[in-house]
Amino acid sequence: MTFSLLHPIPGDETGVFSVSELNSRIRSILEGSLPFVWVKGEISNFRIPASGHHYFTLKDQQSQIRAVFFRAQNRRLRFVPEDGLQVVCQGRITVYEPRGEYQLVVEIMEPEGLGAMQLAFEQLKKRLEAEGLFDSSRKRPLPVCPRRIAIVTSPTGAAIRDMLKMLQRSPYPLEVTVIPVRVQGKEAAGEIASALAVVDSLRERFSWDLAVIGRGGGSIEDLWPFNEEVVARALAACEVPIISAVGHEIDFSISDLVADLRAPTPTAAAEWIVARLESVQRELERCREQATARMKRRVEDCGHRLRLLQGGLKDPRRRLDDLRITLDDRVERLRLAWRRDLDRRRTLEDHLVGRLKLCHPNRRIEPFRERIAQLRKEISHRFLNRLSFLRHQLEGTAGKLEMLSPLAVLSRGYSIAYRLKDGRIIRRSSEVELDDTVRVQLAEGAMECRVTARE
Amino acid sequence: MARKKTDAFEESLKKLQAIVEKMERGDLPLEDAVESYTEGMRLAQACHQKLEEAEARVRMLMKDTEGDWKPVPFEVTPGGTGEED
Repeated sequence: MTFSLLHPIPGDETGVFSVSELNSRIRSILEGSLPFVWVKGEISNFRIPASGHHYFTLKDQQSQIRAVFFRAQNRRLRFVPEDGLQVVCQGRITVYEPRGEYQLVVEIMEPEGLGAMQLAFEQLKKRLEAEGLFDSSRKRPLPVCPRRIAIVTSPTGAAIRDMLKMLQRSPYPLEVTVIPVRVQGKEAAGEIASALAVVDSLRERFSWDLAVIGRGGGSIEDLWPFNEEVVARALAACEVPIISAVGHEIDFSISDLVADLRAPTPTAAAEWIVARLESVQRELERCREQATARMKRRVEDCGHRLRLLQGGLKDPRRRLDDLRITLDDRVERLRLAWRRDLDRRRTLEDHLVGRLKLCHPNRRIEPFRERIAQLRKEISHRFLNRLSFLRHQLEGTAGKLEMLSPLAVLSRGYSIAYRLKDGRIIRRSSEVELDDTVRVQLAEGAMECRVTARE
Repeated sequence: MARKKTDAFEESLKKLQAIVEKMERGDLPLEDAVESYTEGMRLAQACHQKLEEAEARVRMLMKDTEGDWKPVPFEVTPGGTGEED
């Protein structure tokens, strides 16, 4: 059924529409002519109210259209739409009559370029990483020797076959419990998550020390359950350490990132278990051998030492003889030593006495004594010389003195006249006055005379 | 996330390794060496027993009619390759 605006339209008598009538007509026309469209554009103003419906605007450079993605449909979406995302939508146009607005009701949405799955993977990975679900700090330590293993996988797939085959190489018995799940298809993720919850709840009853989840390789679609959030959460919640062994060597699944260990394939996971047990076996063997070897050597050493000590034990009488000989020997040596010592002392004494003699004080006094005697002789000699010299000199001087004595002159008839008043010798007549008294010294005696005349 | 305690086996293995190391150093008095050796041999035996104690078998968990999980014997289905379901 098609409509044309030019076609005569039933309205009231005047041919004028009410608003409701017009919107109703527009709705019929739009919804009737655009029941199914594909449209691509960029998401903006994206929001999710409590209802769970997605509301956003789809736009390109020139234009935009309102869009709604109802909860019933958007639940199947693997990724979360966001602003700026380029998408292709399939939907129909509807008109919301109360407001006279039209919008696109989306049925299917696909991201453009990147596949929806890839996008969903990236988004979930980012979110779980931010939550710390991949942190190495929350990984559980793997058992040194796994003995009871829970394997969550398809009971009919290649993965369980490959793993069991590899596990047969284990040096120790292994108890394997398969928790059967579907590993592809819509129900797989839920089943895997439930199985992990079962593993966690029954871990005490079955004494599981390790769990493996996985499947063989496949397309990204096939491996998808291992990229689902429910599986990631179940992995994080399970107390049993888990190895994730999903598909190819190249791709990492979300499970790989959350699990406590990632094995590239199910076979590799089984190989890891076997290698672990083999290394435990080797280590045990090494410890045992080393301890035994050490102990053996120790015992041998002790035996050796014991034999040596036994050889050292002798008959006590022989020991006595030994002691006697030793005693004699010691006494003889003592005697010799004593004599040697005595000789040495004697020699030393002689030597010292000789040196002492050389040092006797007489030897040093003698030269002084001689010197003194010599000096004494010298002094007396000099003194005598000096005495006779003086005597000669005295004799000479006395002779001269004799000659000079006025008495000698006087004895020849001369006399000396002194002035009486002052005792001066009178050499000229002028030296006296008339009537002066003059003392005249003669050779024998003296006389006082009065001057009666002068000439 | 509570970490699981190191299991008894690991504990025993570590003890054993420590004993071997101690004996290797060789400065133990003979009596202690004999004691260590005896203890080491006991631990090695205990470890061995633990490793052997698991029963070599493959089972599959199935829900019984009461909804309880029961292990049943499991046989590998000889099948094609790569089929997962």
